[in-house]
Amino acid sequence: MSAVGAGQLEQARVRTGAVAAPRKKPFPWQRAVVHALLIACIAVVAFPLYYAFVISTQDIQEVVQRPPRLYPSSHLLENYAEAWRKAHMGRMLFNSFVMGVTVAVGKIVISMLSAFAIVYFDFRGRMVCFWMIFVTLMLPVPVRLMSTYEVVGTLGWINTYQGLTIPLMASATATFLFRQFYMTIPNELVEAAQLDGAGPMRFLFQFLLPLSWANIAALFVVLFIFGWNQYLWPLLITNSEAMRTVVIGLEGLIPRSGTELPTWNLIMAGAMMALLPPVAVIIFMQRWFVKGLVESEK
Amino acid sequence: MQRTVFRNRWLPYLLVFPQVAVTVLFFFWPALKSLQLSLYRVSPFGDRTSFVGLENFTKLLGDPEYYQSVVNSFVFAGGVTLLSVAGSLVMAALATQKIRGLSVYRTLLLWPYGIAPAVAGIIFLFIFHPTYGVLPYFLSFITAYEFNWLLKGWVAMALVVTATSWTHLGYNIAFYVAGLLAIPGAVLEAADVDGAGPLRRFTAIVFPLISPITFYLVVLNMVFAFFESFGVIDAVTKGGPGDATMIMVYKLYKDGFIGLNLGSSGAQSVILMALVIGLTMLQFKYAEKKVTYR
Repeated sequence: MSAVGAGQLEQARVRTGAVAAPRKKPFPWQRAVVHALLIACIAVVAFPLYYAFVISTQDIQEVVQRPPRLYPSSHLLENYAEAWRKAHMGRMLFNSFVMGVTVAVGKIVISMLSAFAIVYFDFRGRMVCFWMIFVTLMLPVPVRLMSTYEVVGTLGWINTYQGLTIPLMASATATFLFRQFYMTIPNELVEAAQLDGAGPMRFLFQFLLPLSWANIAALFVVLFIFGWNQYLWPLLITNSEAMRTVVIGLEGLIPRSGTELPTWNLIMAGAMMALLPPVAVIIFMQRWFVKGLVESEK
Repeated sequence: MQRTVFRNRWLPYLLVFPQVAVTVLFFFWPALKSLQLSLYRVSPFGDRTSFVGLENFTKLLGDPEYYQSVVNSFVFAGGVTLLSVAGSLVMAALATQKIRGLSVYRTLLLWPYGIAPAVAGIIFLFIFHPTYGVLPYFLSFITAYEFNWLLKGWVAMALVVTATSWTHLGYNIAFYVAGLLAIPGAVLEAADVDGAGPLRRFTAIVFPLISPITFYLVVLNMVFAFFESFGVIDAVTKGGPGDATMIMVYKLYKDGFIGLNLGSSGAQSVILMALVIGLTMLQFKYAEKKVTYR
């Protein structure tokens, strides 16, 4: 199980104390070179975002001027307000938010429950369930595109929040992560709980859940970003303006014919609004983000 | 180890039910329908279906357009993987040196993961814009070659590859940083004592030690590029110019949803399924490899 492997890697890091191991300090000039290279890398990586921001603060004359103006101008507020109005940003951001949160919470809840069943119960069909969940890894949306659309249509879920979220809620990686975590919990805890007369559900909520918050937070960050950034699924399942998510709604702002005004400042304002929430989540919850990525491998 | 278990006749079934229900309804059933669809021909109005055996597959494999989309997919996935894995290895190696301010540097390198490939595509679309873009503008001082992605297929490919690689960086860097920190300091110490410089230490010791991670990331980036890159193509190039960026997933969508050719889209689904199964197997083979590495 690769999820297992990554967990072990993390443990190995802690065990060997690699971080604390004394390594010969490089000469100052070597350190200076490393700093310089890192700053150069960050400049390259950040340039597209910086440029998108700069464009989002300019008016059309500044956007099309040659040579390109590479520093911000003063039209930030009016551009964001205009993009907000023109593209129904409020509604789209709300839909994206609902999708991100619901998919993340749904995946976490159903994965927790099924991992709990698989680890703490001995029931007929246990391994079948496990393998079924595993196989979902090999069935991304594109390989079942038309027929999944049909199922959602039959249920009458086109243009609904349940259609946007529920079909995405199966999660092999989250299930593996919880299973892996439950298996590290000593048997004594279950035995103690049983001696106390706790049933399985009380054990889950009063014993396992409080121990799981770190995993839940880490998964939430990664899965929220996953849900927010979905493209193909909302494109299939929604066709009304009111249900569009921001990631697919932006595309409609792009001028395709030469006769339209090149309103790239508004597009970039929209792009900034679409990317800021997930990027902010990564920056402010970085610890959880890295843990979620490396341990769940979503 | 024998695990203490709870005894209950129906509770475990209730607990796995939500996940299994979603799995069956939205994964297994549609996948089986795709398999079935690939063996039938559906009339344009959907009123008649007839069994045609493997005809959809033979037609597809004899179709130069499909062949082109396969080639495009591999060029795209290969380009994305090479650019983002190599780039993030360099950045992760720099971000695990013993210097001050590491956590700030790492934060500043991880965030592109949050950007949806489609949004990244739109930003790069403007950077590559033939009339207003900053890249063609600066390139025009160096060369007279016209970097117009609307006319030149390879420029369009470079656009979507660059945008997609950008969004993969954070993911790869997070893995490489974890892997590089796991290398025991004593090993590098020994190499240092033997007089190996930083570059030699990296090529002779660090790189082989993290090769299982590289392998894993290569496979995973391929999977992402093959299956999660619909957005960047749809938002930016729509498969064009010509069919230069028509990747398999986009062709499947076009033939199925716009062309309403259900048999062909079913067959394309099955071929993609075979591909993702192969890649997932490879990915899990890595898990065994890592055991020997430890």
